[in-house]
Amino acid sequence: MTAEAVETRSEALAPTRALRTISLLVNDKPGVLVRVALVFARRGYNIESLVVSPSAYGGFSRMTITCSGALDILEQIIKQLAKLVDVVHAIDHTGDESYETEVALVKLAAALDERTQILEVAQHYKAKVVDYGADSLILRVHGESDKLDSFISLLRRFHIEELVRSGKVLMARGETTT
Amino acid sequence: MSERTPTGGEKIIQCLEREGVEYVFGLSGGAAMPIFDALVDSPVKLILVRHEQGGTHMADGYARATGKPGVVLVTSGPGATNTVTGLLTAQMDSVPIVVITGQTVSGNLGLDAFQEADVTGITYPVVKHSYLVRNADDIPRIMREAFHIATTGRPGPVLIDVPKDVSQGPCSADFVDEVDLPGYRVPTHADEASLSAAAECLTRARRPILYVGHGAVISDAGKAIITLAEKLRAPIVNTLLGKGAADENHPLHLGMLGMHGTAYANKAVAGCDVIMAIGARWDDRITGKLDAFCVQAKKIHVDVDEAEFNKVIRPDVALLGDARLVIEDLIPLVEMADTAAWLKKCSEWRRRYPLKYPKQGGLRAQHILDRLQHVTGGDAVVTTDVGQHQMWAAQFLRSKSNRHWLSSGGAGTMGYGFPSAIGASFGRPDQPVWAVVGDGGFQMTLSELATAQIHRRRVKCLIINNNFLGMVRQWQQMFFENRLSGVDLEGNPDFAKLAQAYGVKAFRIKRSADVNRILAQAHEYDEGPCVVVAEVVKEDNVFPMIPAGASLDEMLIERPKEKLDKPVGST
Repeated sequence: MTAEAVETRSEALAPTRALRTISLLVNDKPGVLVRVALVFARRGYNIESLVVSPSAYGGFSRMTITCSGALDILEQIIKQLAKLVDVVHAIDHTGDESYETEVALVKLAAALDERTQILEVAQHYKAKVVDYGADSLILRVHGESDKLDSFISLLRRFHIEELVRSGKVLMARGETTT
Repeated sequence: MSERTPTGGEKIIQCLEREGVEYVFGLSGGAAMPIFDALVDSPVKLILVRHEQGGTHMADGYARATGKPGVVLVTSGPGATNTVTGLLTAQMDSVPIVVITGQTVSGNLGLDAFQEADVTGITYPVVKHSYLVRNADDIPRIMREAFHIATTGRPGPVLIDVPKDVSQGPCSADFVDEVDLPGYRVPTHADEASLSAAAECLTRARRPILYVGHGAVISDAGKAIITLAEKLRAPIVNTLLGKGAADENHPLHLGMLGMHGTAYANKAVAGCDVIMAIGARWDDRITGKLDAFCVQAKKIHVDVDEAEFNKVIRPDVALLGDARLVIEDLIPLVEMADTAAWLKKCSEWRRRYPLKYPKQGGLRAQHILDRLQHVTGGDAVVTTDVGQHQMWAAQFLRSKSNRHWLSSGGAGTMGYGFPSAIGASFGRPDQPVWAVVGDGGFQMTLSELATAQIHRRRVKCLIINNNFLGMVRQWQQMFFENRLSGVDLEGNPDFAKLAQAYGVKAFRIKRSADVNRILAQAHEYDEGPCVVVAEVVKEDNVFPMIPAGASLDEMLIERPKEKLDKPVGST
């Protein structure tokens, strides 16, 4: 790849992509995840994160999907998701007054002389040290995805060995259906 | 009979009986043997096909001709993968078929067992819904759900994959009548606000047009559409698949629109001020260049599938519901529109740009199809394959009534025409069925000559033989400087002799003077299937034509003198 091409590509990726969050109530059956994923894949739509978990009702699961791409395509995708026999409903919660959160685990190679600085950052973000090893630390932080992003970017100056994020989960407030 | 618990396979067949299934189009194989075994003692008749693709098209033809679901039964692995083209065809054109596939035993799933294929995985994108049966006791529920899903709302194919241990083991579950599908909704009537908005829009129109698609055929909306058109005094056009929903001979009907539609239909669409799509989906064959399509016109969209709204066109009014119910609800709300000048304009276009073809220079497909219309009186069920003959048939055969015109529109599946005619003939045994096919497509599924012959179907297969893949050749001539590539079907067999080898009666049309006589003979022939082989001029082109991606205004009424740019639209 030429230098110019690299630059163009990083520019294209640089602006923060507008993320959309969709919540689905689906039948708890094999293959449902594939059917849902295919609707996105067919339109070349990128799934940023996807969380599948049991719902409050037996036989149904909850999916929370964060994705990015053109809005008019997303409108179509949501309708096509809703059309799937196994999908009870699909709702775009972007911009809603909903409660959302995410968990991140960060493993840092932490030499003794860096630990104080790392723990300062952790304290500021109310991150908890869940593993305190001789050569490494694991921090757990939760909160809105933006908060996790900035926490992780502050830790970039240290040596991040591993990073795991749960993906965003969300619940509509009050009477609104998630 | 003893109270022996039925096997899963027996339960499947009993469920088919309860669903009122008359025929199963099938090809046997190891993993499906318990299901085939259960057919031996069942009133459901097995039609043994020669290739699974043919089987799916037969079920599709049966379904389109009758409105009842077509059923396919095949084995695992390659048997199942051979149904994929038929599934796509049915999915694209919203045809209710239920495809039951054998599968290796449950314990072997995912182990690359003999004739194992991940069939549900392979078919996800081409089915309305599918099942992998893990427990024989789920069979009654799954079968009921499958038929319900296939036939309601926007119909489509449903696949049921049945491991052999499931079909062989006992099934003690009772039959199921009610379905419980919380994620599945079937719209019926449109909401009142949208109905009155549509009525106001139509009543105010001065140049309205009703654009009728397959949804109108499926919901049997034809009578209501004619009533609405007469009340509004609005012209009607239909899509390739909408043919027959409303009688194409009606004075307000302008025939087919789109890429190879009539010039007057396309001129009317280009000039309208309100266009109402009724069970049609603004396909790229219809709209051409989207930015230039009906820019000034208000758009009303009637569809049973909400995902069609805003997919291609953002309608001014969207009416979610069954086409017939929506139009029936709309009729009392509209008032007669002042369209006299508009209808006069449409009549002028009709007079000025009639469908035509050269009367000299050898035998032509258009001439044969024009005469076929006369011979059948427009009453026969007609199926087509895909290509030039399909477009000529769509132009020259005017469909009078619902479910008389069967053609693969969305998928454009070559090989569809002949087997779908056989399937249609099982569904409509009282009527002759004409399959209009090209020499290319016919050779993809011609082995079903045996199926047609064994069952003495009154299928008349008209082979328009130009020894070319003619539509592609036309494009190469028009847009690729006549650099022919992969279109010459040199090596075609003598189709009449080929038919005779299957014991099928064959007729030949060699000259224009033979056309009436041979078509009449073939039409009257009632001892079984026959083929009519017509050797037509090799290099003929379909007009009118709107090049892919061009606007309706760029329609070519006849062959242009100058060289054309390569089309920007898809195929």
